[in-house]
Amino acid sequence: MAYKVIHYINQFFANIGGEEMAHVTPEIREGAVGPGLGINKAFKGEAEIVCTVICGDSYFNENTEAATKEILELIKPYEADAFIAGPAFNAGRYGTACGTIAKAVQETMHIPAVTGMYIENPGVDMFKKELYIVETSNAAVGMRKALPKMSALTLKLMSNEADLDPTIDGYIPRGIRKNYFAELTGAERAVDMLVKKLNDESYTTEYPMPVFDRIEPGKAIKDLSKAKIALVTSGGIVPKDNPDRIESSSASKYGTYNIESVLNLTGDNYETAHGGYDPVYANDEPDRVVPLDVLRDLEKEGVIGSIHPYFYSTVGNGTAVKSSKEFSLEIAEKLRQDGVDAVILTST
Amino acid sequence: MVKGIESTGIPVAHICTIVPISKTVGANRIVPAVAIPHPLGDPKLVEEEEYKLRRKIVNNALKALTTEIDDQTVFQ
Repeated sequence: MAYKVIHYINQFFANIGGEEMAHVTPEIREGAVGPGLGINKAFKGEAEIVCTVICGDSYFNENTEAATKEILELIKPYEADAFIAGPAFNAGRYGTACGTIAKAVQETMHIPAVTGMYIENPGVDMFKKELYIVETSNAAVGMRKALPKMSALTLKLMSNEADLDPTIDGYIPRGIRKNYFAELTGAERAVDMLVKKLNDESYTTEYPMPVFDRIEPGKAIKDLSKAKIALVTSGGIVPKDNPDRIESSSASKYGTYNIESVLNLTGDNYETAHGGYDPVYANDEPDRVVPLDVLRDLEKEGVIGSIHPYFYSTVGNGTAVKSSKEFSLEIAEKLRQDGVDAVILTST
Repeated sequence: MVKGIESTGIPVAHICTIVPISKTVGANRIVPAVAIPHPLGDPKLVEEEEYKLRRKIVNNALKALTTEIDDQTVFQ
């Protein structure tokens, strides 16, 4: 008999809608939906998706505990052998949802779970130790390549195949070390490696160093009433009609906007360029993303010293880490030159 | 973004809705927000109440910026 598999997808891949429908609560449908059809095909009859759980990305991330509980209740009757979530590619909320629900299923139902994400998806660092996350491309064009890998890995896990290897099975290394018999001793292998290194030849380390990409916290402001505060956002707030043409996803630039004589950001003069959330509320009242109105009042009341005359904005939707880093270093340099003491950075 | 700016020594308060993402990415001063499409507001409230809510979150961010920390901290 074929294995039974449950599949989790978001509102977008279920064809319910985009950001305007990201608030939908969990629902269950019999059989495969959307990407599940491709997974079923890759199973070649060895397994089958018995049901698909669908949940809006915003609903899941804003109500993580409740959503997880609801979904676990919905899928319990299906007595499945495995759980697949996504793939989420580079969608941050979707990746977080896939990781959270896959981990919960694994822990409470004791069945293997597999998901798929792009390496820069924040869900990867959150869940790679606990979950099998197949590495995918950063956008849904990689669907056809991702699904066979996810299906094959799920089949292996269901049949209890012990011999899994991230380089062969395509998942992101989980940091698990396995013992094996090597032909050469450690000393010999180390010397070989050193010789190769000295000769500028390529070699593979046996113990990759973890990257601790942490930044020391900046020193706290001593006197707020003298401090110059700058506003920065990844929520895509821009002057009306987006003069710099900042892209709605995978932004290649950021905007610098003068707010010296602006008291608050109104929907008449500002809007969001962000394509990764429902823009209705931000377009209606951009202060909901960049709180200039409050900060102006605090400036007037003398709580803070002053507001930096420019705010900086980009779209954090699927934007490469490399680009964000470049933007932020440029922005930081300007802020430093202008004597800014602290930054309030808002994200959607 | 947060890290790039903070790496130059300027303290940053990160106002965001999905706190776990902010933690994973490495923000140090994290201030929870309301919802993804309206982090500093709530369209269900009347204008005055909504302003109060926004002001509370901004004040929280200012509190974060004036608090000395050694490690990632969520300012509830």
